[in-house]
Amino acid sequence: MEQVLFKYIDDPEQHKIERYIENGGYQALAKVFKDYKPNEVIDLVKSSGLRGRGGAGFPAGLKWSFVPKNSPKPKYLCCNADESEPGTCKDRVLMERDPHMMLEGIIICCYAINAHHAFVYIRGEFVFPAKRVEEAVEAAYAKGYLGKNIMGSGFDLDIIVHTGGGAYICGEETALLSSLEGDRGLSRIRPPFPAISGLYDSPTVINNVETLASLPSIFNNGVDWYRSHGTEKSPGTKVFSLSGNVKKPGNYEIELGTPLSYVINDLGGGMEDEQYKLKAIIPGGSSTPLLMPDQIDTPLDYESIAEAGSMLGSGAIIVIDERACMVWVAMKLINFYQHESCGKCTPCREGTAWLKQIINRIERGEGQNGDIDLIIDVCGNIMGRTICPLGDAAVMPTESIIKHFRHEFEYHIEHKKCQVKTDYPF
Amino acid sequence: MILTTTTIDKIKTRMARYPSHRSAILPALTEAYRQVGNLNPAIYKEIAKIIRVPYVEVAEAASFYTMFPKNETGRYLLQVCHNISCSLRGADNMLLYIQEKLGIKLGETTKDNLFTLISVECLGGCSAAPMLQIDDTYYENLTREKIDSLIADLRTNAAHKNQEAPSTATPDSDSTDSKDDV
Ligand SMILES: Cc1cc2nc3c(=O)[nH]c(=O)nc-3n(C[C@H](O)[C@H](O)[C@H](O)COP(=O)(O)O)c2cc1C
Ligand code: SF4
Ligand code: FES
Ligand code: FES
Repeated sequence: MEQVLFKYIDDPEQHKIERYIENGGYQALAKVFKDYKPNEVIDLVKSSGLRGRGGAGFPAGLKWSFVPKNSPKPKYLCCNADESEPGTCKDRVLMERDPHMMLEGIIICCYAINAHHAFVYIRGEFVFPAKRVEEAVEAAYAKGYLGKNIMGSGFDLDIIVHTGGGAYICGEETALLSSLEGDRGLSRIRPPFPAISGLYDSPTVINNVETLASLPSIFNNGVDWYRSHGTEKSPGTKVFSLSGNVKKPGNYEIELGTPLSYVINDLGGGMEDEQYKLKAIIPGGSSTPLLMPDQIDTPLDYESIAEAGSMLGSGAIIVIDERACMVWVAMKLINFYQHESCGKCTPCREGTAWLKQIINRIERGEGQNGDIDLIIDVCGNIMGRTICPLGDAAVMPTESIIKHFRHEFEYHIEHKKCQVKTDYPF
Repeated sequence: MILTTTTIDKIKTRMARYPSHRSAILPALTEAYRQVGNLNPAIYKEIAKIIRVPYVEVAEAASFYTMFPKNETGRYLLQVCHNISCSLRGADNMLLYIQEKLGIKLGETTKDNLFTLISVECLGGCSAAPMLQIDDTYYENLTREKIDSLIADLRTNAAHKNQEAPSTATPDSDSTDSKDDV
């Protein structure tokens, strides 16, 4: 399968600007400056069909077109490198191994939306990836790809690398902006949408690392080439992070529309231990509903996964085998969401705390009759009633686990213990 | 004064790059944490002065970001991921193993003040699970043998570089074992 984002991922020198240029880097940017006006860049990205890789799959070109052209305010781009959705570890690899691809994409986007400042918001724990990005930024300045009058185009751009403080919520675009402004990372009510009023009350585009890294290849090879990969509505390639109970976990780039079974069985080498059968799959990061073993042939594109009842999300495939008790899985997830709720709105702050308490007591063997309905009730009071999607993100996997594995919760409550206690060896 | 001139200079350099000086609060906390190994109100006061914002704004931001310990920790802060992908690969038992090995419970520090053990949320190393972070470095695809040699190495390392600050006592970040995660 053609590798686009990962074409040079195994080249140990690719993170250096000399090697990146040797391998065709910054040619897309030269082409953009020479042949395209900013609005033509937006049009081309629109027609490429590129969709955001951070979770929501929003069309990138369309997002950029919301930035008002005649606003006197400065425009900003924030590259979202917060990567904290459990299961997701792809942006880290892109930043460590090929940071210039992302930078080239950032420059192209900034030119299109007329931004002269871009921020790369990297989660604080990613010290090494951040170091690689910092070095890449410095090298790009030294070679004239950043700073004033880039490649003689008259276009100026500064990139600032900003590291976070260990809060998942800062990956949510409006919380990211709060954090960048020096505040606690609290989400904001939309509207106004960031494209109209974002960072420092100015028009701001937020895009994921992988979204931006996809841009150079589109300009190098053209829309038709890009669209020849993937499906009609989900064109291109994408990196999937495969984790959990498979033989070869890892990050794999595939064309969108490739069956899930190909990733799990062919790339991932199948189940970790053949004695233990597949029990469930989380296909798009911890926030997405489960797919069941009979859905393993679902094509990995936004539409097909949605039709199967889940979401492509960030592309983090978590494979769960039958050694896991699903009450335990639900507990791991809800503990995370409760911990990461920013606390700004009541349904999420209180709701996740309640869910955590109830699910943990079931797991401890102290569940009470009526607890399952109580969970469903609390979920209903969170879903769709919150400021940002974290509330929904906590509810979706929880509801889905109960829907498919209600009997395990019932068994737990009745017998005060698991059918099979989860005990993955170490 | 707690913050060294080097740290203060770093904060000022960062501040100068942002369109708004308030944006330097989180970078300042990060620099202070790198120097000291944890954060406290005295540090917030110094940062507030450098960035020219009220003390409470710094304190408020600091309290939100869990990556910065607010109390003294041992020389090495072992941050073990306990989230789903790691748990499916034995993180729970790994945590038990480390507790047994160090003779401490989760959240505690060894008597020699060398190791503090905590568990944290997903660190973005899910395809190389189970994993943990110490200072700037990720240790991935862990096994009992790897934990044994890691802890032995850190003990030796500490004995050698007894006078140095926490962050310099760790292996170079370049040793990050990310080879396995593609
Ligand atoms: C709780 C939460 C956490 C998120 N974390 C991330 C993240 O770590 N990285 C990311 O790119 N997007 C994340 N997102 C999605 C962003 O809000 C935003 O949609 C995305 O960065 C837009 O970029 P894209 O259109 O290129 O995907 C998160 C969303 C939510 C609700
Ligand atoms: S849904 Fe949760 S994380 Fe989002 S704003 Fe409300 S409290 Fe904060
Ligand atoms: S694993 Fe199910 S109760 Fe513990
Ligand atoms: S779940 Fe442990 S690093 Fe992601």
